[in-house]
Amino acid sequence: MLNTTPLRFALACGLATALGFGTPARTPAQQKAQTPTLIRNATLLTVTKGTLENSDLLIENGKIAKIGKGLTAPAGARVIDATGKYVLPGIIDCHSHSMIDAVNEGSLSVTSMCRIRDVLNPNDVDLYRALAGGVTTLNLLHGSANAIGGQNQVVKIKYGRPIEEFLFPDAPPGIKFALGENPKRSNFRFPGQTQRYPNSRMGVEETIRDAFVRARDYKRQWDDYNAAKARGENVVTPRRDLQLEPLVEVLEGKRYVHAHCYRAEEILMLMNLAEEFGFRVRTLQHVLEGYKIAREIAKHGAGASAFADFWSYKVEAYDAIPHDAALMTRAGVIVSLNSDDDGRARRLNMEAARVMKYGDLTENEALRLITINPAIQLGIDRRVGSLEVGKDADLAIWTAHPLSVYARVETTFIDGEVFFDRQTDLARREALARERAELEAAEVNRPQGGGAPPPVPARRRPAYSFGDNCMQMTKE
Amino acid sequence: MRAVGQLRWFRLVAGLGFCLALTLDALAQQKLDIAPRVTVAIRDARLVTVSGETIERGTLVIRDGRIAAVGATAAIPSGAQIIDGKGLTVYPGMIDAATSLGLVEIPAVAATVDQGEVGDYNPNARAIVAVNPHSAHVRVTRYNGITNVATMPDGGVICGQATFINLYGTSPQEMAVVPSLGLVINFPRLNTGGGGPFAAFRQPPPANIAEAIATRNRRVEELRQVLREAADYGRAKAAAAADPNIPRPATNVVYESLLPALRGEMPVFFRADRAQDIHAVLAFAEDMGLRPIIVGGNDAWMCAAELKAKNVPVILTGVLDLPSREDDPYDVLYENAAKLHQAGVKFCISTGDNGAHVRDLPYHAGMAAAFGLSPQAALRAVTLSAAEVLGVSDRLGSLDVGKMANVVVADGDLLEPRTRVKYAFIDGRPAQLTSRHTELYEQFKERK
Repeated sequence: MLNTTPLRFALACGLATALGFGTPARTPAQQKAQTPTLIRNATLLTVTKGTLENSDLLIENGKIAKIGKGLTAPAGARVIDATGKYVLPGIIDCHSHSMIDAVNEGSLSVTSMCRIRDVLNPNDVDLYRALAGGVTTLNLLHGSANAIGGQNQVVKIKYGRPIEEFLFPDAPPGIKFALGENPKRSNFRFPGQTQRYPNSRMGVEETIRDAFVRARDYKRQWDDYNAAKARGENVVTPRRDLQLEPLVEVLEGKRYVHAHCYRAEEILMLMNLAEEFGFRVRTLQHVLEGYKIAREIAKHGAGASAFADFWSYKVEAYDAIPHDAALMTRAGVIVSLNSDDDGRARRLNMEAARVMKYGDLTENEALRLITINPAIQLGIDRRVGSLEVGKDADLAIWTAHPLSVYARVETTFIDGEVFFDRQTDLARREALARERAELEAAEVNRPQGGGAPPPVPARRRPAYSFGDNCMQMTKE
Repeated sequence: MRAVGQLRWFRLVAGLGFCLALTLDALAQQKLDIAPRVTVAIRDARLVTVSGETIERGTLVIRDGRIAAVGATAAIPSGAQIIDGKGLTVYPGMIDAATSLGLVEIPAVAATVDQGEVGDYNPNARAIVAVNPHSAHVRVTRYNGITNVATMPDGGVICGQATFINLYGTSPQEMAVVPSLGLVINFPRLNTGGGGPFAAFRQPPPANIAEAIATRNRRVEELRQVLREAADYGRAKAAAAADPNIPRPATNVVYESLLPALRGEMPVFFRADRAQDIHAVLAFAEDMGLRPIIVGGNDAWMCAAELKAKNVPVILTGVLDLPSREDDPYDVLYENAAKLHQAGVKFCISTGDNGAHVRDLPYHAGMAAAFGLSPQAALRAVTLSAAEVLGVSDRLGSLDVGKMANVVVADGDLLEPRTRVKYAFIDGRPAQLTSRHTELYEQFKERK
């Protein structure tokens, strides 16, 4: 399933890496994707169409072709007996920093010109670990060092494939905003840098307002130009402004705003500001005090993408309660749960289970938090987020109900293709151990002075350039 | 006379009123953690004793702060308050064996952090002195059925002394079960760079590996030297006590606080994750005559045979962590517990958290159960095994007659996130299951 091992990255030269990942040719796995798959006798947690016991699901051409009882397998189909097992749509993580080699452009307070898409690393091993937790789609966001951060990228976790195959087809573009302690840099200073505006929540508002005032003028300039041109006048083309272009798209409703936020008043501030400028905040990220103003969030029409029970890591997270997601759900807000962390991404099912307990959600409401709701928030619910005929075959087979702590992912599919399979993984371990031993013994890895190699484990390539641990500061 | 009579009458009425109000619910709603001990019988409940068989339908009696009876049938003392346990399960309270709960409120706010001292050798820094009984983390943790934690200092090489507390009480002394539980040592490790997510603050990987090894070895020798000096100090003191002609050494508080560990009266918690460090700790502890407990233990599965042979317990704090090596299997840490269990190593499971997330302890155990550990062993890993590792299993960790009544009553499997804890008793006192979180929830769910 994997084209190469992470070990090879550590030990072999860059050429091997390039060969392993850079080839666009169809792999055997991809050819297999065209082979139909019949999952038999499972409990299907469709999320949007109820729970179907002892049912079958047929995957053809990467799509969910049929759902029902006693389906017959087409010729040559791979048949999986899933008796006693559960099928859940692929989990969608609405806030992730996986694959991102440079999370924060923390220099300016407005960095809308930066694109996360430009710095994606498809070889991040945490992607494989997320797949093993049943996750298939990520919303990759810029960091939270700036009031207006960079442009996001939604991906399918096609680990082992060239980067082009990760990009989620037709996912609406978005941009990251950030409010509160991080953009005002309450908890950190970049060494050697002078203090930066803003330094308070007042300044955060002013920073965003100023940017949109400029964007509005810029849009007018172009609208005037286009109108004049349409009239056949000979006019000079305005100068392009890469910082303001994405904000114009926000004003036009073509780009989603995903806003990192904590405290109630800053959330209200952003929604009021958005309404004043005629756009809507698509998702409030973290939104730990969202429960205090759930009514206003529902009225504005923003989605909320929260943590289940993460709190007390900084002052603005001290009023966070594990009932947050449930209270917002009850108020009519579309709520999702996100990880913001490669470790937590592997257990989003457990996050959903906790919200169910604390906030009295039903099983299906809890499952929605990690499947169809984030799909709606990201504008990709046409394709993913539930088990429905015609949707992409992005799903995972679980050994028990995914809201149980004892549940484990057996197989994860994206577009009908297997990207994680526990049995394959287990079977490969011995071969990998052998390969590791061979590589360690290889001439190129021997110390030049002779003797045994020093017992230093290879450092993981740091995933972020700076400032991106949620606990401390600015990834979020 | 008349006035006295009136006072008596008043006392009687007040006393009666108090008795009437002395229902469990009323006690559990007391604002302070100082409710009196109660006599309670939980009837018709499923009793998961952990130490022995699970009793599918039985009675557990709490009296005078202890578990007075556990069985399919049990005599219910007169005046006992009865809890109908139908559909409920009774468990020993869970124990998180390695936290710093109560020493840190908000990590990003330095003023709320009392976890570590300045300098490398602070064996006399005692966690029990600084544990904040009114930390919001206490009740938030208790809400999920965790009744006890070991709280440990951090920082430097010898961090200080851990304490073992009930999550109940209005002063550190009221909370303390074992005020000084053991010495905590961050065993010097090889610098391979790193040190947090900030590149700017991160230590660069060593340019010269030989130099890094030399630095580590020097730090280990320094630690050895401190312990040797303390042992010498102890011998000098003993000699002076035995022979009045020998001068008594001047009291040294640092050495003094190391003596119980050197005499083997107190265990030493060594934080170590990598196999090479665990191996080094085992050799070091043996050499110095210390009673080691490994805290962390991410690579413990690699050292299982050695740990088993030397009978050294492990407090796993990284079950949910990401694997530390890029080429580790994705579930290497999920499976760590199962491998130790299979090898017969004494271990327990901890969050290793500094406070806010200790409440997630059952899910750490549950994840180990999803990856090879039996659900029974997983439950034991956060109850009786934790008590055994910490040396308090004579008092805690299971539903056995005579043990301290730290008992929780839940509406399902304690390790499942969907399960709710309905009642908790700590030291035989009904413990409130309200918290900062339930209070905020109650306030804001009314806001329409």
